[in-house]
Amino acid sequence: MIFTIARNELRRMFLSPLAWTILAVVLFILAFMFLSNLQYFVMVQSRLLSMGSNQGLTAVVVAPLLGNTAVVLLLVVPLVSMRLVADERRNKTLSLLFSAPVSMTEIVLGKYLSLVAFLWLILALVALMPLSLLAGGTLDFGMFGAGLFGLALLIAGFAAVGLFMSTLTQHQTVAAVSTFGVLLLFWILDWAGQGSGASGILGYMSILNHYEPFLQGIFDTSDAAYLVLFILTFVTLSIRRLDMDRLGG
Amino acid sequence: MSDEVLVEVEDLSRSYGAILAVRHISFSIRRGQVLGFLGPNGAGKTTTMQILSGNLAPSTGRVRIAGHDLLEDPRKAKQAIGYLPEQPPVYRELTVDEYLDYCAGLNRIARGRRRAAREAAKKKCGLSDVGRRLIGNLSKGYQQRVGLAQAIIHLPPVIILDEPTVGLDPIQIREIRHLIRELGKEHGVILSTHILPEVQATCDQVQIINKGELVLNDSIEGLSRHMQSSTLSVGLRNAPDLGLIQGIKGVKSVQDQGDGRLHVFYDPSTDPTEALVELAVQKHWGLYELQPQRASLEDIFVHITTEEHESLKGAAA
Repeated sequence: MIFTIARNELRRMFLSPLAWTILAVVLFILAFMFLSNLQYFVMVQSRLLSMGSNQGLTAVVVAPLLGNTAVVLLLVVPLVSMRLVADERRNKTLSLLFSAPVSMTEIVLGKYLSLVAFLWLILALVALMPLSLLAGGTLDFGMFGAGLFGLALLIAGFAAVGLFMSTLTQHQTVAAVSTFGVLLLFWILDWAGQGSGASGILGYMSILNHYEPFLQGIFDTSDAAYLVLFILTFVTLSIRRLDMDRLGG
Repeated sequence: MSDEVLVEVEDLSRSYGAILAVRHISFSIRRGQVLGFLGPNGAGKTTTMQILSGNLAPSTGRVRIAGHDLLEDPRKAKQAIGYLPEQPPVYRELTVDEYLDYCAGLNRIARGRRRAAREAAKKKCGLSDVGRRLIGNLSKGYQQRVGLAQAIIHLPPVIILDEPTVGLDPIQIREIRHLIRELGKEHGVILSTHILPEVQATCDQVQIINKGELVLNDSIEGLSRHMQSSTLSVGLRNAPDLGLIQGIKGVKSVQDQGDGRLHVFYDPSTDPTEALVELAVQKHWGLYELQPQRASLEDIFVHITTEEHESLKGAAA
């Protein structure tokens, strides 16, 4: 049942020009960034070698690419997630789901899954760029894999926030703006109280601090657990919020 | 089989903050019954429909659908419901076929039987020719039919329709009413409307709701009794002294509407129409129009609510 809903969501997403536009723009920008990084690497390659540095292709080209992807998706996820529930609420199509024999959890998970699937599709296309380097070089697959895994978890977290914000309102733009606000806040949370005692907690809460180790090829279970908990929290909140739709009023 | 109870509503209430939209409603529907839910705007019709379809949780009370409690066993109960809200819940960017396939899936129709279910629902709702068109490009009437097809695709025992004929042209209205009667033979149908003739044309049981309270629960014959006209609209070219008409047996009062038009109110037990016509011919009043006034929904409300008031007073005395 979750998959029925997710498939329908994905189909409707790709029937609108929005999904295609986002795919095209995101991939174009990231390809541009990738190529500039590659050019830079070619320039400094001999110097790196002569310095005896162990910084290879993966560290110089791939890690920045994945870092940039996270930033670009921070901007893009709100645009994709905003319509999930808000749009249905506005068009009064939610009652189709509510009166069907499906539970609230299935509805929310179906919608969430469709969004994650779309974002992971972007990720898969982005991952093809570093893989193309295999034609003329080698990659550190451990580092690359850890980075991809971290990014996959991170954007699943973005999606969970977007979904929750979309359940709060019937205006897509409101959902998009608040999603962006929350995501950015989690991103820059460790700016606050830097150097003082408070940076400990805020720094721990910052989503960026749990993503960067992955880019350096470090798979830390506590970072993964943070992201998984982050996702679970917002998905659960979404379910609760939709349940409130029936109870409140 | 025909007296199987499909919907049981007990002591249902729903409040929005301080406003009590539905107060202590109880009723039931059996298979083969079309129940008309009648009421003015804001009477609580839609709220009741939303509760029955699981879109709203009741504040108090119980709803059982086909033997399953809507709150305790929502999946089984909802499987037995087809619901068409006021605004058909259609996705404009899908084609009719895609949309109905999705609805079939949502209602847990096995993959192999979805196509047959979709085709059957389309046939019933007159959608066979538009299967490949985008819902957004269809007219309002067709969108309404798509909504209806969605509600019946899984052949639910109970079909809930919230103002199904709003925004349709007269021919479509007739078709939809015909369809509802057809559905009423095998299913239990609840239909909300504020159009009185619609109830007379389609339903066999009528409920009138006013300010959240059920003020009448009767068969369609019972409603006709309430609707017994007691007013005549008369048009006379040479209107006489009103006292002459007042003198006819059974006439309670006469009201001059100007232009020789009169409203004659009479005691329902003695119909003065015949005597009035005879007198008009004898005295050359120039009778050119004579029409029994149909009681409007509003009249019935007034009638029923005042009637209740009086019976309450009688009980108190």
